[in-house]
Amino acid sequence: MAYSDKVIDHYTNPRNVGTLDKSKNNVGTGLVGAPECGDVMRLQIEVDGNNVITDAKFKTFGCGSAIASSSLATEWLKGKSIDDAMTIDNMDIVEELALPPVKIHCSVLAEDAIKAAINDYRVKNGLAPIESEKSHH
Amino acid sequence: MKLPVYLDNNATTPMDPRVLEAMLPYFTEKFGNAASRNHAFGWAAEEGVDYAREQVAQLIGASEKEIIFTSGATEGDNLGIKGVFEMYQDKGNHIITTVTEHKAVLDTCKHLEKQGAKVTYLPVKEDGLIDLKELEAAMTPQTILVCIMYGNNEIGVIQPVKEISAIAHKHGALFMTDGTQAVGKIPVNVDADGIDLMAFTGHKMYGPKGVGALYVRRKNPRVKVTAQMDGGGHERGMRSGTLNVAGIVGFGKAAELCRLEMDTEAKRLAAFRDKLQSSLLELEESYVNGNVEHRLPHVANISFKYVEGEGLMMAMKDLAVSSGSACTSASLEPSYVLKSLGLSDDLAHSSIRYGLGRFTTEEEVDYAIEVTKKAVNHLRDLSPLWEMFKEGIDLDKVEWVEH
Repeated sequence: MAYSDKVIDHYTNPRNVGTLDKSKNNVGTGLVGAPECGDVMRLQIEVDGNNVITDAKFKTFGCGSAIASSSLATEWLKGKSIDDAMTIDNMDIVEELALPPVKIHCSVLAEDAIKAAINDYRVKNGLAPIESEKSHH
Repeated sequence: MKLPVYLDNNATTPMDPRVLEAMLPYFTEKFGNAASRNHAFGWAAEEGVDYAREQVAQLIGASEKEIIFTSGATEGDNLGIKGVFEMYQDKGNHIITTVTEHKAVLDTCKHLEKQGAKVTYLPVKEDGLIDLKELEAAMTPQTILVCIMYGNNEIGVIQPVKEISAIAHKHGALFMTDGTQAVGKIPVNVDADGIDLMAFTGHKMYGPKGVGALYVRRKNPRVKVTAQMDGGGHERGMRSGTLNVAGIVGFGKAAELCRLEMDTEAKRLAAFRDKLQSSLLELEESYVNGNVEHRLPHVANISFKYVEGEGLMMAMKDLAVSSGSACTSASLEPSYVLKSLGLSDDLAHSSIRYGLGRFTTEEEVDYAIEVTKKAVNHLRDLSPLWEMFKEGIDLDKVEWVEH
């Protein structure tokens, strides 16, 4: 199977690889997927007082498309407000990276990771987690 | 060294130029139908087929009359298993095989289950070999066939075929083996090994694709299989269809070359394989899958924990290998062979199969070592699991959010 140039670019030069201090109150961490399924994504956001994401980091265990999806997600998250970040849809990722149908689950995982990170941040700061209307399961 | 480097010789092998040379006249000059008995064109084709039949038979210690040419090992597996089931119906309906067989065997058995066959799928031990006691215990008076592969295509382990055939024969059953990965690579002798039927193919031994053989024993006992294709009654009535003369000639030449060069080649490749393996095991948390003593000389299957196989292959784009990760398939299920060794799904997802071959050079092996090490380290830098492992977190105790 051929990968798109964008997948190869993100895979070869992944953006924002790393770890934020998850003990900090303004850091939200999302860990989704399972080793048995061959994909685990950890996505972290750091949020400032105006609810704007100032930093995002990821680490992913998975195929090239999973790595590219999470790398792209961190790029998109930086500078966005929490509310805007909540609207990122997996199909946006599919389109941007030209993922084939068999790799759509990688984008779903990235969307799940974004939502999980935001909810982790919300819960840490005394807010209720937001239930996703979409169901991919 | 030319890139990309091909280390997927268990999937298929390049054709030896000497094989191509032997085949060429049979496309244009000696193009006759080997079944045309009444003119020189037919005779020339038949002569080529007869000679190839001897070459193939010689490689496995058989008589040329025991070789049934097929389109490949999948057809051979189908013909052998279905043909025995139909031919020996009045003797019984029980077949014994293993969970690590190729799909050509497993799916054929599943097909026969719908037609009244009882099939026992023996498990394998952690090292990929069957437990002979379990085989013995599974034998019944209704057992007509024991079908167990010679060498495994994913991990390369070699089953104890002599012992297996002895058990099958003691209980009055036939022994069939899928010899696809073993024939031409290690000495296989149908008499010494007690083989009654064996499927194998040309393209795994530097011959052409689309041609293979089913060995069917003719003496002690005389084995017969019911044809699965009706027609002109070629191949002693067991496999109708105009013979693929050029392919068969190439298969024969390939068999001859394997017979003559096997010893030197096996030694050379085993040394390369050992170098590759010991170098890659220098990486932390890397493991060899399958028994390392009873193994084909040219295969190594290694898991690199905390990295995903497909992602790893992408990082090694100039190295053609194969992964136990099925991320590319719709099922997302990792290799059933690795799972049947008791490997956890994550280790199965993390595996790479290196298959060396006749044209593999030491420079290519060194390249594979270098590229793999670099890729594993790169992906571990990206892997949350590696980070967690390094922090001492027990990954089995994490509650994963499956999707």
